[in-house]
Amino acid sequence: MTIQSKMIEARPAPNSTIGAVAWLRTNLFSGPVNTAFTLLGLYLLYVLLTPTIQWAFINADWVGTSRDDCSREGACWVFVNARLGQFIYGLYPGSEIWRVNLTFATFAGLIAWLAIPRLPYKRWVALATLVGFPVFAYFLLYGGHFGLPVVQTHRWGGLMLTLVLAIVGMVGALPIGIMLALGRRSEMPIVKSFCVVFIEFWRGVPLITVLFMASVMLPLFMPTGISVDRLIRAFIGITLFQSAYMAEVIRGGLQAIPRGQEEAAAALGMGYWKRMGLIVLPQALKMMIPGIVNTFISLFKDTTLVMIIGLFDLLGIVQAALSDSRWLGFALEGYVFAAFVFWIFCFSMSRYSQYLERKLHTGHRR
Amino acid sequence: MSNNRRIAVPSVAALVLGGIGLTLAATLDDVQDRGQVRCGVNAAQPGFSALDDEDDYRGLDTDICRAIAAAVLGDAKSVLFVPLDSVERFTAIQSGEVDVLSRTTTWTSTRDTTLGINFTGVSYYDGQAFMVASDLGVQSAKELDGAAVCTQSGTTSELNLADYFRANGMEYEPVVFGSPEQSIGGFEAGRCDVLSTDASQLYAQRMQLADPDSAVVLPEVISKEPLGPAVAQGDDQWFNIVKWSLFAMLNAEEMGITSDNVDEMRTSDDPDIARLLGEDGNHGQGMGLSADWAYQIIRQVGNYGEVFERNVGEGSEFKIARGLNALWSDGGIQYAPPVR
Repeated sequence: MTIQSKMIEARPAPNSTIGAVAWLRTNLFSGPVNTAFTLLGLYLLYVLLTPTIQWAFINADWVGTSRDDCSREGACWVFVNARLGQFIYGLYPGSEIWRVNLTFATFAGLIAWLAIPRLPYKRWVALATLVGFPVFAYFLLYGGHFGLPVVQTHRWGGLMLTLVLAIVGMVGALPIGIMLALGRRSEMPIVKSFCVVFIEFWRGVPLITVLFMASVMLPLFMPTGISVDRLIRAFIGITLFQSAYMAEVIRGGLQAIPRGQEEAAAALGMGYWKRMGLIVLPQALKMMIPGIVNTFISLFKDTTLVMIIGLFDLLGIVQAALSDSRWLGFALEGYVFAAFVFWIFCFSMSRYSQYLERKLHTGHRR
Repeated sequence: MSNNRRIAVPSVAALVLGGIGLTLAATLDDVQDRGQVRCGVNAAQPGFSALDDEDDYRGLDTDICRAIAAAVLGDAKSVLFVPLDSVERFTAIQSGEVDVLSRTTTWTSTRDTTLGINFTGVSYYDGQAFMVASDLGVQSAKELDGAAVCTQSGTTSELNLADYFRANGMEYEPVVFGSPEQSIGGFEAGRCDVLSTDASQLYAQRMQLADPDSAVVLPEVISKEPLGPAVAQGDDQWFNIVKWSLFAMLNAEEMGITSDNVDEMRTSDDPDIARLLGEDGNHGQGMGLSADWAYQIIRQVGNYGEVFERNVGEGSEFKIARGLNALWSDGGIQYAPPVR
């Protein structure tokens, strides 16, 4: 009989429980059924990915200037390349493109400032983003002042127009949505019924109908010779439509806050706006992040509907380019490109919302 | 009270209508003040109006707009192209959002009489035709007995097809798709032997095949689809301007005046040419235009033949034969009244 007089050294875990092999074993090959599914999955991936990669990369044509540079064996990215400027800036005049770049660089800078926790003066930057930036963007993009030539909105297009529509929709819909949500919970009958009617009306019609009415019916009601710019019509339609959805998301968040919070605030002598602004909304908005971002993402994608009122957003300009007689037959490349750009934007928004949720997480996740 | 209202309603209506009449009557003034002709076009119709990579519209329909701008403003570039949806187009012209609609619109009695618009002429005689795979060796639509025909659901093409085959005592098997992309896809995949739709669209669809030479368009045209520009009713002067812009291009082709030789032709002794180019009398006066209105069209845009060949004919990717769109003197039906 041996007596162990000292502590046995901790030994490393057996090779079969750590590392890549073990991971594969527990996650992919843990039994006959799982092994079969894994192999089936791998086979499907192989079957689907091989031709895709062949088409998109290996057999693809990347350089050139006309359709003759395309072998037609794989994707012809020459088409996207030749049209890239148009896809991004629409018909914006070439010499004025710096204005678009500056606008979006400023916006990205402001958003980055707000997103990076270490930077100071958040309140002022937020104010500049919400109030100062739209004015700045209007003067820069539309022009007509400070020696900048006017660029009519019918020349706006492509990714730039998609972003403008989405940003206007988001910036407009959030405050209107908050007001509507508070109004719907209000006890004042007129305010309450107005908000209910507004929300139910706008949620009851599809966005495409709203845009269609704005472009087909509205001009018939207006006096001859007076026409509202199509882009403005789209802005108003999208903002009102989205604010109704936003209102319901926010109302959902407000309802999750226990009534005691508001009562406690009232007991401290706070008025309505203080109770909402300092106690209820900060808690509610945090919980609503997934819902709000979800609405933003769907809004971003919904902007493609403006195509039916003759505005060329990213998808619209891609489709218009497809009918150029010099580039017929490259629909697949165009749509893949549009899908890829949309994916980048939507995925980034989704990642940022997850980050924000983690950052603001204060322990009562439900 | 009720009496008053009865009087008030018609008079308000009269005021509004009168106001519309007045403003519409001044389309030419509006255009000249603005310095631009607003032209409603298709956003994506290969050969007729499509965005090219220099951010400009190219096509037969858009050249009609340029011709009007050249006649009215002396500058073919002074056009604001407004891309319009197929439903939205009529609202746009009725509400005055565009001055002229040049958007592959078929001239039909319903549209001409009930929508408050007037068609000014026919810029392209379109019609339904057939495309077959070239290795079938078919030369004429009469040989298509028993063929499977791809077409689009809910279009007049579908109905015309049934009529044509019945009238010729032939059988066919319809293969119906929902959109042009699907029907060309079905044709390429071999779901059918024949693809049938409007000829102008067939040529564009042919270019979308991996190998465009693998299909041919047969010569038969089985329906009438006259496409032309339209203006809002109520302004006859503007109606005349749009109408005669097209006629000037047709007359120029008939007289052999092209954008290249128009300056030499100005000194021609031929009285017809002198009248058209404004060297003999001012034939633009009746329309409120300057004497050289037709000269500007031909110099900056070209005659009808040039415009046709450049956009859809031999000079383009589509290589559409003139067919019905040839001048009456060349066996077609394009005919313009004389300028005198």
